[in-house]
Amino acid sequence: MEPLTTRASRVVNKEMTFGEKIYLPAIFSGMWITLKHFFKKNNTVSYPEEKRPVAPIYRGQHVLKRDDEGRERCTACGLCAVACPAEAITMVAAEREKGEESLYREEKYASTYEINMLRCIFCGLCEEACPKEAIFLTDRLVDAEFGRNEFIYGKEKLVEKTDQRIDVSQRQIWDNH
Amino acid sequence: MSDLDLQNKKVAPFASSETIDGQIATLNLGPTHPATHGIFQNVLQIDGERILSAEQTIGYIHRAFEKLAEHRPYNQITPITDRLNYCSSPINNMGWHMTVEKLIGAEMPKRVDYMRVIVMELARIADHLVCNSVIGVDTGALTGFTYMFQEREKIYDIYEEICGARLTTNVGRIGGFDRDFNKTFITKLRTFLKEFPKNHDEFGSLLERNRIFMDRTIGAGPISAERALNYSFAGPNLRAAGVDYDVRVMKPYSSYEDFDFNIPVGNDGDTYDRFMVRQLEIKESLKIIHQALENLPEGDYHADIPSFYLPPKEEVYSSMEALIYHFKIVMGETPIPKGEVYHSVEGGNGELGYYLVSDGGRNPYRLHFRRPCFIYYQAYPEMIKGSLLSDAILTMSSMNVIAGELDA
Repeated sequence: MEPLTTRASRVVNKEMTFGEKIYLPAIFSGMWITLKHFFKKNNTVSYPEEKRPVAPIYRGQHVLKRDDEGRERCTACGLCAVACPAEAITMVAAEREKGEESLYREEKYASTYEINMLRCIFCGLCEEACPKEAIFLTDRLVDAEFGRNEFIYGKEKLVEKTDQRIDVSQRQIWDNH
Repeated sequence: MSDLDLQNKKVAPFASSETIDGQIATLNLGPTHPATHGIFQNVLQIDGERILSAEQTIGYIHRAFEKLAEHRPYNQITPITDRLNYCSSPINNMGWHMTVEKLIGAEMPKRVDYMRVIVMELARIADHLVCNSVIGVDTGALTGFTYMFQEREKIYDIYEEICGARLTTNVGRIGGFDRDFNKTFITKLRTFLKEFPKNHDEFGSLLERNRIFMDRTIGAGPISAERALNYSFAGPNLRAAGVDYDVRVMKPYSSYEDFDFNIPVGNDGDTYDRFMVRQLEIKESLKIIHQALENLPEGDYHADIPSFYLPPKEEVYSSMEALIYHFKIVMGETPIPKGEVYHSVEGGNGELGYYLVSDGGRNPYRLHFRRPCFIYYQAYPEMIKGSLLSDAILTMSSMNVIAGELDA
C-alpha cells in the first residue's frame, strides 16, 4: 500500500542474527537484569502501616466545612445534587430557627445531607459546583464497612468536627505558577 | 479466508499439524477467564489445540453509556468517558471536551492545546505500557510487567497532581483545564522524562530481541493491511499491518501539527509487529512531550468562554454575574447550538470518535462513541482461525481489547 504520510518509518526487524538465534545470550542478559532488581529500592508500600503520599488535590471522601466561627456553611441550595452525575447526593432543606445562629451560617440549612458512597464516583463535580465553599473532597479514603447501609454517609460523618478541622486551603489554589 | 488453511499459517514447531482423531470440541473461552483481561466470551470449536472457528459474544459489561449520555448535561458526560478505555482516561476526557468545543465553536489558547498534548501523550504511554507488559505476561514473562507497572504508577502520580485522581481522571473541563500545571507536576514530569527511557529500554531489552519471545509472537494472529482496512481498524493495530494512518497526523487536533514525530509501522500485522509498534510509539510520545514541555506557551489555561467555562471561585462568592453563570453552567442551562459534529482523537487504541447530535437542549440528542476496541473484536475470530489456543490469548492481549471500551 502507498504510504499516506511522509512520516512513516518501517521499524520491525524480524530477522535474527546468529547471536540472537542461540538463546543463551538473551537468557543471561535477562537474568542479569532481574538480578540487578534484587538490589534496587523496594517500590511497594506496606499499607496500612505506611501510607503513600497523596496530592493535596486528591479526590477522596467528602467533608462539609464549617466557617471560622464553627457554623455550617451549607445552605442546601442543591447545586451539588444537580451536578452529581452519579445521583449520589440527597438533602432536605430547613429554615434556621431563632437561637441557632451559632450553628448555621445562613437562614437556610440542610437538615439532612446524605452521600451514598457506593454510588459516588469521586469525580469532584460537587466540589466544583458548590457556591458556598461548603463541600470539598479530601485526601481521606472511604473506609470499608460490613453493610451497605453504612455507606450512606449522613451529616454526622460528613460535617467536620469543630475540634478536628480539615485543611482544604491547598485545594482552593487554582492557579499557582 | 476459506476453511482451515494450515499451509499458509505459521505453525509453532512443537505442535503437530495433523488432527488428533477427528473429534471437535466446543470450548467456552470466557466470560470469566483469567487469561482474557476482561469479560469476553468466545465460543471456540477446537480440534485438539487448534481453533477451527470462533464466535465472540459482547455485552457482558454494557452500561448503556450512549443512552446515559442522553440524560446528562454536557459537563456531566466527562466522567462517563473515563470509563470507556480506562487505561487512558485523559484522552477520552479531552476528546469529549474537544467535541463539545467544536460544537460551540470555541477556540482554545495554545497553552491549553499544549497542556492537553502533554497529558494525552502521558496517557498514551500508560496505555501502551499496559498492553505491552501484558503481552509479556501472556508469553510467560511476568517480570517485565512488574517493572513497567512501576512506571505506570509514576504516570498516575503525575495525573494526580493535575486532577486529583489516578484511574478515572475526569481531567479538565469544557474549555480547558480547571487548574494550571503546578510546580510538583512539572517536577514529577521532568523526573519521569529523565528516568523513564532507561527503564523502558531495559524492559525492551528483556523481550524485543529475545528469541523465545520472537518465536512465540512472530506470525501469531496476523491480519493483512487490506483486511484490517476493511474492518476499519485504526491505531496501533492498523499501523502494525503496515498502514501509516494516525489521526494526529491525518487530521491534527489540539495543535498536533506543531510537533515533529514519526509513525512507526509494521509489516504483517502479527503480534510481534503490534508489540514493536507500541514500543516505538512510546518513544515517539516521549518526543512529543519533550517538545510540548519545552515550547509550552505562556497564557491562560482555559478559553475565554464565560457561558461554558465556570468562573473563578472568588468571583462566584463575590459577584452576582459570576454567580448566575455558575448556576447556569452547573445546571446545564446554557444555550447550546443545534447541530451535529464528529470529532476523533487518536486514543490509546486507535481512532476514538465522538458523534454528537444536539437539538439545542440541555442534553445531547444522541451521542455515539466510535470505540476502536469494538471494531478490533469483530476481526478476532478471523485472526485466530487456524491458530493455537495459546496464540488466541496472545492475539487478544496484543490487540489490547479493553472490556470497558468494547461494551461501553
